[in-house]
Amino acid sequence: MTINRGRVRWQCRRALLELDLVFTRFLERHFDRLSDDQLADLDDLLRCDDYDLWAMVNGSKECGQERWQEMIALLRER
Amino acid sequence: MNVAKRTFDAVIVGAGGAGLRAALQLSEAGLKTAVLTKVFPTRSHTVAAQGGVAASLGNSTEDNWHWHMYDTVKGSDWLGDQDAIEFMVRKANEVVVELEHYGMPFDRTDNGKIYQRPFGGHSMNYGQAPVMRSCAAADRTGHAMLHALYQRNVRANTQFFVEWMALDLIRNSEGDVVGVTAIEMETGEVSIFHAKATIFATGGAGRIYYSSTNAFINTGDGVGMAARAGIPLEDMEFWQFHPTGVAGAGVLITEGVRGEGGILRNASGERFMERYAPNLKDLASRDVVSRSMVTEINEGRGCGPDKDHVLLDITHLSPETILKRLPGIREISIQFAGVDPIKAPIPVVPTCHYQMGGIPTNYKGQVVVPKDGNPNVPVSGFYAAGECACASVHGANRLGTNSLLDLLVFGKSAGETVVEDFKSGNLTLKPLPADAADVSLARINRLETQKGGTEVHDVRLDMQRTMQKHAGVFRFNDLLVEGVEKIKEVAEQAKTTQIGDKSKVWNTARTEALELDNLIEVAKATMISAEARKESRGAHVRDDAPDTAENPNGRDDKNWLKHTLWYSEGNRLDYKPVNLKPLSDDVDPIALAKRTY
Repeated sequence: MTINRGRVRWQCRRALLELDLVFTRFLERHFDRLSDDQLADLDDLLRCDDYDLWAMVNGSKECGQERWQEMIALLRER
Repeated sequence: MNVAKRTFDAVIVGAGGAGLRAALQLSEAGLKTAVLTKVFPTRSHTVAAQGGVAASLGNSTEDNWHWHMYDTVKGSDWLGDQDAIEFMVRKANEVVVELEHYGMPFDRTDNGKIYQRPFGGHSMNYGQAPVMRSCAAADRTGHAMLHALYQRNVRANTQFFVEWMALDLIRNSEGDVVGVTAIEMETGEVSIFHAKATIFATGGAGRIYYSSTNAFINTGDGVGMAARAGIPLEDMEFWQFHPTGVAGAGVLITEGVRGEGGILRNASGERFMERYAPNLKDLASRDVVSRSMVTEINEGRGCGPDKDHVLLDITHLSPETILKRLPGIREISIQFAGVDPIKAPIPVVPTCHYQMGGIPTNYKGQVVVPKDGNPNVPVSGFYAAGECACASVHGANRLGTNSLLDLLVFGKSAGETVVEDFKSGNLTLKPLPADAADVSLARINRLETQKGGTEVHDVRLDMQRTMQKHAGVFRFNDLLVEGVEKIKEVAEQAKTTQIGDKSKVWNTARTEALELDNLIEVAKATMISAEARKESRGAHVRDDAPDTAENPNGRDDKNWLKHTLWYSEGNRLDYKPVNLKPLSDDVDPIALAKRTY
């Protein structure tokens, strides 16, 4: 099944401003270059609760899944 | 063009706390209820509310609703309607206990009751001493609340339309509301939601400001839709600012940083709060600190290349203290200011946080407008609750923890009113006007075909910078006058936005253009209402309305104890009286007094 990029882009809109800002940077730098596999990993990561996601991005919580690690690293890039 | 039509007893726009609470009331009463939401319900901005929800349960200290009412009226700087405030504080215990029964994991006392903590502005015995009134679930109160309400709605068979954006309110020739139009992001198709009752619970529009703590979804969609449909907006000049948002980002740096010894400095490194508040210094109240910061910036002592912020310095604290007590703040500063606060101070600026005004409602959640000399005539079929509505319980300034209470009480109340009207046969499915979807289709079509227009990003940024500079936390007559002209120019630019991406499905550029149509209505309402109000009151503080013997704190009750009503058409202003009379005859009004803490 192919993942719609537009949907994933929209779902980068989150409940917390911290995440909106992190995703803005990520969308500008990386989003268009993601492979289909990477897009699937991101799609999976986006199902996370916002506080868990922010905790993984800011490093206060361990990344829960191996398949999320690459995306978390890209999101952490400053 | 053929537009799909769906019919419901009630349609609710927004699935944050207010929308979910209203939906629950309707679904549990058996009404066929649709909830439209741009994002998955548990990703609504209610999630970000941390402080708690106020209720005079008296579990941790003695308390009663009279004291809570007093604090709320005083917090509002007497602009709040006392009937709605009485209603809210008296309903507080009921709605909090209900949430407890829905499984909300409140913090507990040793004997198993809901634990309550103190919060700024809440007092016992009419301002005598701090009271413990805030019920919280750790620092995730909004998050826990939203999850509890969502689960309950799933159980009650509420029908969610996730990733649907409402576009326009549908009114018939009588002015009655008969539903909304909405676009499904996945298909790009516009549909009509025909309903007996329409409830707006779309949250605030904090994104009108350049520096805002609000998430990107907070674009005031309901407020904008109401304004375009001819509904006036009430008290839009009143916005709550937080003194310390990260400059350029908006992310909140909590008061706790100054509590731990953080010091605000200007460009020359001076601890400027010593001049403004010699005793409390950096720990003075939010409004005093915010105004002092703006004065420093306006007088050329701001920091950075644009001299547009000040610095919050904790470098004198030991790295151990920062790592132990303020780890989250350090991470925010590194992420969003590029500064490790152990080594260098954090750039900060007063930041927009909460919208006190909104769609005018009464305590029943009915949207009310002036008609035939009566300032508060319900609009048939139309209801609103939460931050998008103005009941008005927050008046000129909101107390912390009253926002979660507002959305619970008035979400429920709007739901109850709809259910009552439904059962008594007062709610009927009125015919749709023939042109019900025309306005929305024309908006979509304009975006498809616009050439040589403006860029959404540029216009939004222009709007945000204009609002920040001209209608910020501390207001000046000349800046406001200039701001009115500027925001009108920006509004003209917003009429010709264009998008490069014309794809039908999941078109985020189109969504952002449609959101801007809503934001710009709120921005105009704010600037024009603020310019017109010549006093200082609550969060609206003017340089030319200072504290005098005749007008304490610059508040002018003789001329300005009234609600603003702004109409989009012609940017017309009107006013209506504040209701100083409580709901019950045996409750004494809270008499006008100077607001001091």
